[in-house]
Amino acid sequence: MSDALLVEPSAASPTRRVLGGLLRSREIAVGAVLVLVIVLTTIKSPSFLFSSDGWRDLLLTPALLLILAAGQTVVIITRNVDLSVGSTLGLTAYFTGRLFSDHPHLPIIAVVVLGLLFGAVLGLVNGVLVALFKVPALVITLGTLYIYRGIFLTWAGSDRINAGDMPQDFLALGTKAIVTIPVLTIVGLVVLVAVGYYLHTARGGRELYAIGSDPDAAVLYGLPVTRRIVGAFVLCGALAGLAGVVYAARYGTVSSGAGLGMELQAVGAAVIGGVAIFGGSGTVWGAAIGAFLLVTINRALPVVGISDFWQRAVVGALIIAAIVLDRVLSARQQRRLVAAREETRTLQMRGGA
Amino acid sequence: MTMKIRNRRLSALAAATLVASLALTACGSDDDGGNESGSGDGGGNTTVTFLPKNLGNPYFDTSSAGGKEAVEEFGGTFDEVGPDTASPDAQVQFINTAAQQGVNALVVSANDPEAICDALNEARDAGTTVVTFDSDTNPECRDLFVNQASAEGIAKAQVDLIAEQIGDAGEIAVLSAAANATNQNAWIKLMEEELAANHPDIELVDTVYGDDDDQTSFDKTAALLQSHPNLKGIVSPTTVGIAAAARYLSTSEYKGKVALTGLGTPNQMREYVKDGTVTAFALWNPGDLGYLAAFAAKALVDGDISGEEGDTFEAGKLGEFTVDADGTVLLGDPFVFDKSNIDDFDF
Repeated sequence: MSDALLVEPSAASPTRRVLGGLLRSREIAVGAVLVLVIVLTTIKSPSFLFSSDGWRDLLLTPALLLILAAGQTVVIITRNVDLSVGSTLGLTAYFTGRLFSDHPHLPIIAVVVLGLLFGAVLGLVNGVLVALFKVPALVITLGTLYIYRGIFLTWAGSDRINAGDMPQDFLALGTKAIVTIPVLTIVGLVVLVAVGYYLHTARGGRELYAIGSDPDAAVLYGLPVTRRIVGAFVLCGALAGLAGVVYAARYGTVSSGAGLGMELQAVGAAVIGGVAIFGGSGTVWGAAIGAFLLVTINRALPVVGISDFWQRAVVGALIIAAIVLDRVLSARQQRRLVAAREETRTLQMRGGA
Repeated sequence: MTMKIRNRRLSALAAATLVASLALTACGSDDDGGNESGSGDGGGNTTVTFLPKNLGNPYFDTSSAGGKEAVEEFGGTFDEVGPDTASPDAQVQFINTAAQQGVNALVVSANDPEAICDALNEARDAGTTVVTFDSDTNPECRDLFVNQASAEGIAKAQVDLIAEQIGDAGEIAVLSAAANATNQNAWIKLMEEELAANHPDIELVDTVYGDDDDQTSFDKTAALLQSHPNLKGIVSPTTVGIAAAARYLSTSEYKGKVALTGLGTPNQMREYVKDGTVTAFALWNPGDLGYLAAFAAKALVDGDISGEEGDTFEAGKLGEFTVDADGTVLLGDPFVFDKSNIDDFDF
C-alpha cells in the first residue's frame, strides 16, 4: 500500500525517502529555475557570468537580501511576519554611517557589532509588542515600519551619508573578495548556515516550527511560546541590522530612502523559496535560493532586454506562481493524508470486528 | 513652448531636485537672526534678509554666503532667518517678522509655491521687496525670481561634458530618476535634440530609471554596463543617480573606461572625482545664485528696475543681467565641477 508511506514514513527505505524528498523539494525546483535564468542570460551575454564584474555581482548583489530573507524566514515560520525590516535596515545603515563620521577612530568590527545590536533592539520592540499584546504581527510591524522610517526621516532629514564620510577599509569590504567569493557574500552564507543549522537541529529551532504549525497546541504543550517569538523577532531585527551595515559598505551612500520596500522583497524571497506564509514549514535554504532568484532575475531581465516596466510584473508573477504551487501541493498532500487516515481506520475497524 | 511653461517646469525641477537629493540638514541649527532692526531708509543702507527653505542646510549655507558677500559689497545689512525643517508653512512666521521689522528686501527660497503667498503679499504691501530664488512661488506673490538654470542650459551642459569626455563619438546611456519625473524627461528630450543636432556620432542607446533610489540606481548602472558592452559614457541628470553610478563604476572594471557625468553635488561626488571615476559634472553654483539674488533685490529696492521684461541691472562680479518674461532672471549656464575646484565647495 503506497499510502503506508504517509502514515508511517519510516517504513520506506532511506534511499527512497531521500530521493522522494529531493524530488518534491521546493529548494531544488527554485534552484533549477535559478540555474536556468543564469544559463539563459549567460548565453545571451557571456559577461553576465564570465567577466570579473559579472561573476562578482552575481554573488554579491543577493547578499543583502539573503541576510534579510534568513531573518524573515525565522519569523514567518512562527506564523508571524516582520514588515519593519526595510526600515530597520535603512535606520541601521544611517546609524552605521553616522558612527563612522562622528567617531572616525571606531574600529570597523565595533561598528558592525553596534549595528547588529541596534537592529536587535528594534527587533525586540517588535517582538515584545507582538508577543505580549497578542496583536497580529502584520499590524504591529506595519506600525513600526512607519515609526522606524519616521525616526529615520527626523534624524537624517535630507542629510545623507556620502562615501567620503566612511573609511576606505570599510567601503573596500563592499567589493573585497576571497578566492573570487566576495566577503559580503561569505558573511551572508555564514549567517545562512548558522540560522539553518539552528532551525534544523536545535530544540529552540524545532519549537519555532511547532509554534507556527499550531500556536494553540504549542501553548497547551507547554512550549515557551512568548519567549520563542520574541527571540525570533530579535534575531530578525539583528539580521536586518547586519544587512544595514552591509548596505552601507556596498552602496557607499545612505539617504533616508535606504531600504524602502525591502521588507516585501524579503517576504517575497521567503515565499518563493517555499516558506509557507502561514508558518510551520519551509527552510532558510529555500528562502536563500528564493533571494538569489529574485535578485538575479532583476539583474538578468535588463540584460536580456526586457523593459523596466515588465520586470516588476515578472517578479509578481513569480510570487503568485510560488503561492499557487504551495496551495496546490498542500491541498494534494492533505487529501492524501485524509485518505490514508480513513483507510487505516477502516483497516483497524475490520481488524477489530 | 512658451517661457512661462519653462519656468514652471524649472521651479518644479528645483523643488524636486532639492527635496530629493540635496543635503538639507534639518537639525543642529539655531536661527541666529531675526532681531536686526530693519531701519533701512532706502539710502546707503539696504537691509536684505535671506529666508532659505531651512537652516543648517549646506546648499543654502552656500547660497546665503554668496548673498552676504553681495550685500557687504554694496554696503547693506545682511541677515538670515529660517525654519529648521523645510515644511510648507514654516516660513510664514519669518516672513511676518521681517515685514514688521520693515526690511527693505526679503530673498526667499519657497518651500511651497502657494502656502507662503499671502504672507509675502502682506509684506509687499508693507513695502518690502520680495525676490525668490532657487524655488519660486506663484509669480503674483513676488517681484522677481532668480532662476538657477534653464532646461536648455542643463541639457546642453551635460551633452557637452559627455561629448568632451568620450571624444564626441560612441554609445551613451542615460540613468534617470523615476520614469514619470517631468523635469528629467524634459531634459532627456532636450539632450536628444542637442545630440541629434550637434553630435551625430554619439548614439543614445538606452534610458534606464533608478527611481532616485541609491540601490536601484546602483543596480541599474550594473545592468547598463552588462547589456551594452560598447558603452562609452553614462549621463545621470539626477544627484542620486550620478552618485550611485559613480559608486558602482569606482569599484568595477569599467572605472576610467566608461565616462560618467550629469548633475551632482560636490559633497556626494568628491570621493569619485578624486579617485578618477568622474572627470567633471555640472550643477549651478548656489553661491552665485545667492549673490545674484542679493543684487537683484538691491536693484529693485533702489528702483533701478521694476521687474519688467527687458530691465537690466549690474550684479557685481557676475556682470549684467536682463529680466526675462514673468519677472525671472536666469543665473546662466550650469557650473562645472572638477578636480580643480571641487574642494572650494561644501554642499
